[in-house]
Amino acid sequence: MIRFDNVSKRYANGHEALAQVSLQIAQGEMVFLTGHSGAGKSTLLKLIALIEPATQGQIFLGKMNICRITKKAEPYLRRSMGIILQNPHLLPDRNVFHNVALPLVVAGVNYRDVGRRVRAALDKVGLLSKERATPTLLSSGEQQRVGIARAIVTKPALLLADEPTGNLDPTLSLEIMELFAQFNQVGVTVLVATHDLGIIARMSQRMLVLKNGRLITRRSKIY
Amino acid sequence: MDNKQASYFAKRSPNVSMLLRFHVHAMFASLWRLARRPLASVMTLLIIGIVLSLPIGLYVLLHNVQVLSHRWHSGTQIAMYLQQNITPAQLTQLKVTINNNKQVDHLRYISPTQGLTEFQQQAGINDILALLKHNPLPGVLEVYPHAALTSPQAVTQLMTQLKKLPNVASVQLNMQWLKRLYAFINLGTSIVTVFATLLAFAVLLIIGNTIHLATREHRQEMRVMRLVGSTDAFIRRPFLYSGIWYGLAGGAIAWGLVYGALWWLQTPVQHLATLYDSSFKLVSLSGLDLLAILAIGASLGLLGSWIAVTKELTNAKIE
Repeated sequence: MIRFDNVSKRYANGHEALAQVSLQIAQGEMVFLTGHSGAGKSTLLKLIALIEPATQGQIFLGKMNICRITKKAEPYLRRSMGIILQNPHLLPDRNVFHNVALPLVVAGVNYRDVGRRVRAALDKVGLLSKERATPTLLSSGEQQRVGIARAIVTKPALLLADEPTGNLDPTLSLEIMELFAQFNQVGVTVLVATHDLGIIARMSQRMLVLKNGRLITRRSKIY
Repeated sequence: MDNKQASYFAKRSPNVSMLLRFHVHAMFASLWRLARRPLASVMTLLIIGIVLSLPIGLYVLLHNVQVLSHRWHSGTQIAMYLQQNITPAQLTQLKVTINNNKQVDHLRYISPTQGLTEFQQQAGINDILALLKHNPLPGVLEVYPHAALTSPQAVTQLMTQLKKLPNVASVQLNMQWLKRLYAFINLGTSIVTVFATLLAFAVLLIIGNTIHLATREHRQEMRVMRLVGSTDAFIRRPFLYSGIWYGLAGGAIAWGLVYGALWWLQTPVQHLATLYDSSFKLVSLSGLDLLAILAIGASLGLLGSWIAVTKELTNAKIE
């Protein structure tokens, strides 16, 4: 589903975030991306999410070369993936329901379907009872789960998460990761960037390690 | 990846019902944003209204001057002083010739005797006239040009034609004031155009700035919307509608201000007109004028907000 061919990324300030990265992630796989801060984890996710362009190499999503995609097609491609960041970036002036509904609204989904799908997503993250709540009144764990509900409400084929548990305590972190594992079990491809090795060890999935912008190991499942 | 999922990766343009939904959403979202800050919105609307009312007021003023000048002009007459020795047959012939001219509406003949009587009535100089042994006044033909004949040049041309006719001593028309009046009206038109352009710019800047402030407030929202796959058009739309609402409401306020001012001025103007024996009435704004003002306001609003939001969209990158 995702394929990197010798991808490099150099930012405008000259910093080389990724160097000659080649990798492949199959459809339905759940993969952890790890490494020290500054190793290039976020950059790698940003390249997939079309937030940053690659300076070299090719990136394929399915059969599509996303390095050649037009600016106009970007939003449509982004709808096919759920993006989860360390800060869930919820909009404070709308309640939980409207935050989760946002991806459906921008995609022009029928109003009748919006309610149904938002509630299904909130149900999956266990926050159905909080749909009328204001995000700022929720705990950080709950806020992150709202962010996840927003990412999955469009039923994306691919889920990208950048340090989704960065602000959470170990118990909450594990809960979030188990949530990702559940989505993976129903066929969603999941790519999680995290430096929390403890969690990776407990989840027993494939791990990609970045060091100074280079991919150093590609261990298969560590049982 | 199966085909169903693959279809997600294709660009899907919105269909008609989707576009309709997008526009309804944008309309309500923009109204909601305006309603959330009622005081600020009302102040902005008033500023736009007042700024728009200035060129509209000037335009109405100019229009009224034009109407007034037409009335004066329709009173324009050319006086043809005839030779003293003209025979009645020649006079009749002359009248027929002038009446056949298409540029002439009608004419009036004032005989020397009539002229003397009128002169006596007006001037109150009986004593001086009594000293004269015979009537010194020539016969006069007053020629009233057709109402369609408005420009000073056309009137001059008609005069030249009349001068060439037989038995005509001289032809007179005080053209100078008419030329000056037209020059003033032309100057007024230019001034109004300059003012209107400047003030239209002001409206553009006011709306642009208001929308710019609003977009800065919504920068975080723009980022999130991009993150979840929103097109720029979708993000832009509510701001464009806000601009349109500002322009429309500002235009309506401007219309109301000018209309109210004219209504207030109507009585004193009519009083003044009565003193001048005129039935002149101020020409107010028509329904068509209102439509034009609303259209101009909405276009300025749309343009101003487009510039502001496009600038902001380049700033609101996902991080």
